[in-house]
Amino acid sequence: MSGPVLELNGISKRFGTLRANEDVSFTLHQGEVLALLGENGAGKTTLMNIIFGHYTADSGEVRVHGHRLPPGQPRAAIAAGVGMVHQHFTLAGNLTVLENIIIGSEPLLRPDSHRRAAEAKIRKLSDSFGLPVDPAARVGDLSVGERQRVEILKALYRDSRILILDEPTAVLARPEADRLFATLKGMTANGLSIIFISHKLHEVMAASNRVVVLRAGRVVAERATRETTAPELAELMVGRSVKRPTRQQHATGQPVVSARDLSVTQAHGAGLDGVSFDVREGEILGIVGVSGNGQAALGRVLSGVSQASAGRLTLSGEDISRASPRSLIRRGVGRIPEDRHAEGVVGDLAVWENAVLERIDSPAYSRWGFIRRGAASDFAAGLISRFDIRGATPATRTRQLSGGNMQKLILGRSLANQPKFILANQPTRGLDEGAIAAVHAELLAARSAGAAILLISEDLDEAVALSDRIQAIVKGRLSRPVAAGEADAKMLGLMMAGIWEESHAV
Amino acid sequence: MQFERRADVSIPLLVAAPFAAIAVALLLCAGLIAAAGVNPLTAYGEMLKGALGSRLAITETLTRAIPLIFTGLAAAVAFRARVWNIGGEGQFYIGALVTAGLGHSLFLGLPAPIAIALIMAISAICGALLLMAPLALRLRFGVDEVVVTLLLNFIVLLFVGLMVEGPLKDPMAFGWPQSVPVDPSLRLERLVPRSRLHIGFLVAVVAALAVWIVQARTVFGAETRAAGLAPRAAAFAGVRMPRVLMAVAFLSGGLAALAGSVEVLGPTGYVTTTMSPGFGYAGIVVAMLAALHPAGVVAAAIFIATIFVGADAMSRATGVPSFIADVIMSVSLLAMLTALLFTTYRIKR
Repeated sequence: MSGPVLELNGISKRFGTLRANEDVSFTLHQGEVLALLGENGAGKTTLMNIIFGHYTADSGEVRVHGHRLPPGQPRAAIAAGVGMVHQHFTLAGNLTVLENIIIGSEPLLRPDSHRRAAEAKIRKLSDSFGLPVDPAARVGDLSVGERQRVEILKALYRDSRILILDEPTAVLARPEADRLFATLKGMTANGLSIIFISHKLHEVMAASNRVVVLRAGRVVAERATRETTAPELAELMVGRSVKRPTRQQHATGQPVVSARDLSVTQAHGAGLDGVSFDVREGEILGIVGVSGNGQAALGRVLSGVSQASAGRLTLSGEDISRASPRSLIRRGVGRIPEDRHAEGVVGDLAVWENAVLERIDSPAYSRWGFIRRGAASDFAAGLISRFDIRGATPATRTRQLSGGNMQKLILGRSLANQPKFILANQPTRGLDEGAIAAVHAELLAARSAGAAILLISEDLDEAVALSDRIQAIVKGRLSRPVAAGEADAKMLGLMMAGIWEESHAV
Repeated sequence: MQFERRADVSIPLLVAAPFAAIAVALLLCAGLIAAAGVNPLTAYGEMLKGALGSRLAITETLTRAIPLIFTGLAAAVAFRARVWNIGGEGQFYIGALVTAGLGHSLFLGLPAPIAIALIMAISAICGALLLMAPLALRLRFGVDEVVVTLLLNFIVLLFVGLMVEGPLKDPMAFGWPQSVPVDPSLRLERLVPRSRLHIGFLVAVVAALAVWIVQARTVFGAETRAAGLAPRAAAFAGVRMPRVLMAVAFLSGGLAALAGSVEVLGPTGYVTTTMSPGFGYAGIVVAMLAALHPAGVVAAAIFIATIFVGADAMSRATGVPSFIADVIMSVSLLAMLTALLFTTYRIKR
């Protein structure tokens, strides 16, 4: 390792009264993988956007190879060899890989395109960095893992020597994430320097050389990865020690929700192909699997947004395979959607409106078609205090809440009326440790109170920690259930690969 | 220079936006007036005098605002739920035609107030159907309602032409292409004697109030806002999307048709193919200037009416073509759209 390739000196940035970054300084050395660890809202993404020139810092400077980067100019950052891979991909699905990569770096008014040369360069890059992808493929047809490779190639194509990855594994399944980190290691051997942003401890421990921990916009610690431990980092990141709650064994009751040969056909993505399961009183049934194997279809049919095309789905013996969201809510179903921004809340409505939207036509919150604002507002205030939704009053615009607090609002409105069945679809995706612990505690409390819970999760640790029994979903089919106590990582891996025979049924 | 999203929509800016937009529009158009060889201050002075300078001028401006309030409400209600009703003009004419047809021959046995209410209701339903059909096409087949409602305007206008030249032609009009008149007993009462201002103005203001209450206070209002802001989240929370959107279309198409109905029952008494100087389209500008708020619609409608009535007087006094009114209206729409950007984003250097 030689001198620093990237230097941050005293970066501060405010948004209104919010201090997103406060006097942040650190360096990145040639050929190293630096992890920037912090909870959501710690200021990681803001900082990266300042380096890349999307935002301008209020004070402080960024130096690349000793030269000061002019603030607020992404082009200058690109020219200096800084490449950024965003958390949400910025690719056009209707264009090919090649077109997506050269777009923006190709002069607009040049009649002769240098596609052939570009394609040769892309092939060379993808060979030497171990990023296999077909330049002629349409991006819309690629998997998320492949799309991420395209994003990385796009940065490399512009001759980046410093690569910034914002939450690169947020959309990846575990094996894809492992492959990504192996690739990154190889890239540093080729002389690249990498910063990756994360709030997942195991990734940071597995893939980085050095860790910078951000909390509330400040650098609170810097450690060589070898010399630290996951618990230490967790405590530094959160500022106190956080322990996820654990599941206590208890007896489960009668099946509440039962599916028999349930099928859902849909135009895009995996549907469901004759799945059967039972969720019992006081039990959490975990559905694990690699993303895109029918979890979305299962979530939709159980939340009433789409209908089953065949098979039976019953709630306490009554058929709900074609029930609407309203009728499910009335029957005592709590639903936590997969995507809290797109499905969970209406960001531009107030907290109180989102709190009661599910049951706004019930006599508790409306009379003669007129909303009972006082009652709705009181309900929202109750949720805020009971579920510790921070930064919210009933009148707050919901968009202003952090992801974790938004999720507590959704959780709160689902749990408030003691549901007998709860669908929890990726309930902690993208949340920080503190919020994850809170969500887990609430789900376990609902379980103790006798609710039947179906947990769909791509996070194996979460599924194993919470579930009484686990089934794997592969290409729209479900494995036989295994008791969580008997499921080890190897068996779950086989189940998720679609090899049921090797797993024990209970 | 770049745009940065504000933490929250700034309410003071949202209120200031239309005023800023109008100021910018008047400033830009001052250049055009100067290019026509007239001192812009003189021209705007004449405009104000012509629109608000006398009792008669004021009543004339308010009369002109009535259909604009209705078409403005129609656009605002629809846009709230992201139903893009560009067919206000066609709905206006359908409302006018149905009113003339019914008012000429039927309902003469009924007491006038009941007959008028019935005629207005039926006209509104016909206008509503004219919007519900394109929306049904969107919900069922994904057909873009912008295109369909826009093109329907021309079809409806040709249909009105067919009717006023044919079955509904007034035999007493010396060959002019105008419809049979509504019965004099069904005409709306004057609000101010010796003027054209009629009680339709009160109906329009009451309609705006009703829309306000519905949007702010009712379950339906909350559901339409959710449906417009985030359709997937609304559907997940159990809002029955097709039903809510169809109800929005019913309201929107009905309001636009009421504009035509009230125009026939009020000042004109019959239908011609030139009776609307673009009330349906101007309604879109009114709604945008009002930031889709019903109370703002009333104010914006009066503003647009002021420009149009004032422009005629200004044109007579100074020789600047009255088309300047259309330019002011169009530029203020563009300026308003730009201003709305700044309510959610700030410029950062």
